[in-house]
Amino acid sequence: MSQIDDHDEGTRRDFLYFATGGAGAVVAGAAGWGMINQMNPSADVQALSSIRVDVSGVEPGTQITVKWLGKPVFIRRRTEEEIAEAEAVALDELPDVEARNANIGPATAEDVNRYIQPPEEEAALPGEWLVMMGVCTHLGCVPLGDAGDFNGWFCPCHGSHYDTSGRIRRGPAPENMHVPVAAFVDATTIKLG
Amino acid sequence: MSGIPHDHYEPKTAGEQWLHRRLPIVGLLYDTIMIPTPKNLNWMWIWGIVLTFCLALQIITGIILAMHYTPHVDLAFASVEHIMRNVNGGYMLRYLHANGASLFFVAVYLHIFRGLYYGSYKAPREITWIIGMLIYLLMMGTAFMGYVLPWGQMSFWGATVITGLFGAIPFIGEPIQTWLLGGPAVDNATLNRFFSLHYLLPFVIAGLVIVHIWAFHTTGNNNPTGVEVRRTSKEEAERDTLPFWPYFVLKDLFALGAVMVVFFAIVGFMPNYLGHPDNYIEANALATPAHIVPEWYFLPFYAILRAFTADVWIVMFAEWLSFGIIDAKFFGVLAMFGAIAVMALAPWLDTSSVRSGRYRPSFKLWFWLLVVDFIFLMWLGAMPAEEPYASLSLLGSAYWFAYFLVILPILGVTEKPLAQPATIEDDFREHLAAKSGSGDASGVATPAE
Repeated sequence: MSQIDDHDEGTRRDFLYFATGGAGAVVAGAAGWGMINQMNPSADVQALSSIRVDVSGVEPGTQITVKWLGKPVFIRRRTEEEIAEAEAVALDELPDVEARNANIGPATAEDVNRYIQPPEEEAALPGEWLVMMGVCTHLGCVPLGDAGDFNGWFCPCHGSHYDTSGRIRRGPAPENMHVPVAAFVDATTIKLG
Repeated sequence: MSGIPHDHYEPKTAGEQWLHRRLPIVGLLYDTIMIPTPKNLNWMWIWGIVLTFCLALQIITGIILAMHYTPHVDLAFASVEHIMRNVNGGYMLRYLHANGASLFFVAVYLHIFRGLYYGSYKAPREITWIIGMLIYLLMMGTAFMGYVLPWGQMSFWGATVITGLFGAIPFIGEPIQTWLLGGPAVDNATLNRFFSLHYLLPFVIAGLVIVHIWAFHTTGNNNPTGVEVRRTSKEEAERDTLPFWPYFVLKDLFALGAVMVVFFAIVGFMPNYLGHPDNYIEANALATPAHIVPEWYFLPFYAILRAFTADVWIVMFAEWLSFGIIDAKFFGVLAMFGAIAVMALAPWLDTSSVRSGRYRPSFKLWFWLLVVDFIFLMWLGAMPAEEPYASLSLLGSAYWFAYFLVILPILGVTEKPLAQPATIEDDFREHLAAKSGSGDASGVATPAE
């Protein structure tokens, strides 16, 4: 402002300009934030629930889909061939080498870092249970099971192929399908969240 | 208002003068409706009126539909069926509204390509062009949100895919996506806000339409020759132009009537031709339709979105250059919005001093190739995401960007343009002579009778 150039110190009028402008900015910001924040998830949506899923009826080679937080979760009981196929994949064949497993933190995408395991004594076959968000990491469609060029999942929207460990192998999706927080609470029940 | 010299409104009666001194609204309307318009405008200059009609049609039918529609996940689908079956004439209102969106986009694409061919985007009409692009973006947003409201399978999954685009933004993508949706997935909060915004945005568009008209009423219309109306005197200007009312209003209304014949044939006899059967299945968060396809008017840009997968070298290069911040997903989103951005930048990318494509022999070829490319991409966008469509999409996308970023800048330097007529009057007389076959060389500046 020109007044500042003319005087060594700001005038009383300058002070009033800045004080008014500052107060106006704070009020506009406060009002604006309220108008933006009202669009964020409301309390009932935020009230995260955790659900328990009975998987006693799931046979090897089949999967169930449950709805959790508005999104599908795949719970697949894999066959020996599927596990062997997933374990045989070398890391450098994978477009995404991160495990994307919320249960273990950052890790590489070997099959061993992807599945969850029932309580020790019940474990018939290591790596049998694969639990993943059934959400394509490209743009959020639900991939189809037992499909695609890698015998895992195939997203019909834009053609992403996932392998038997739910890892992206070909197509536009950038990441492996995410493994949510999930654990066996007893031999036949999985708790999500 | 116009920069072209012409007669202005003169209030005659005492009442008119009284009003004019207090609010010159009649003068504003008079100057708008009597704007001197180049008299050589061809049939590609009718789409503005068609677009104005579409906006009015959509606002009126939309307000009526909102009286019968319920924006709630449990009731939305049923309320649309209620409109279709129970509301008096409701099926017709809904079919008018749904197909009205298609007519809107047919008209806007013809309007845009008209501008691209005749150089309507060039100086001094850049602001008109940019506002037009903003209107086009808002139209796409409005149409997308409107398509979500019936809460069918395509509504739900279209919303999931398109809001997923925002999730692709590095670092801040997921919070933005959650903010847009109002939750972790498309749900009731999303449906409610889309309804609110779908109601609001057409009025924003209406405001921008007024600014769009204001801008080209200041610069004057472009015309098929690209030659400016002479402005040195009112007499010269009048030899190049005719007032908008009644000459162009009646011409445009005739054209609108012809367009309406086709429109009502579709609304009446094949109202679901442009829709998807999947949208008559209620939304289900656990099952994606086997083949998600957006509405036809989004297909070219959808093809561009899908074209850039992780195994394309330019995507790999961008990923390497940005230290992995720009992945294939984000690249696709950038490409899709970039395809519209390069079109918006056309005024500054086109280096040619000749405005109209009519006098640019090589430009013509590239332009028509762009039109073919647009239709090609539209076809590809409807195809499944597999070979050979993926590679062809990449080819089509490459040409789209090459046209704006390479061909337009270079062509202006290398091309040898043809001779342009000195004035619009010359062009008009030449065409009139050719059409009447009588060699009307007398050159009397009579309107086309």
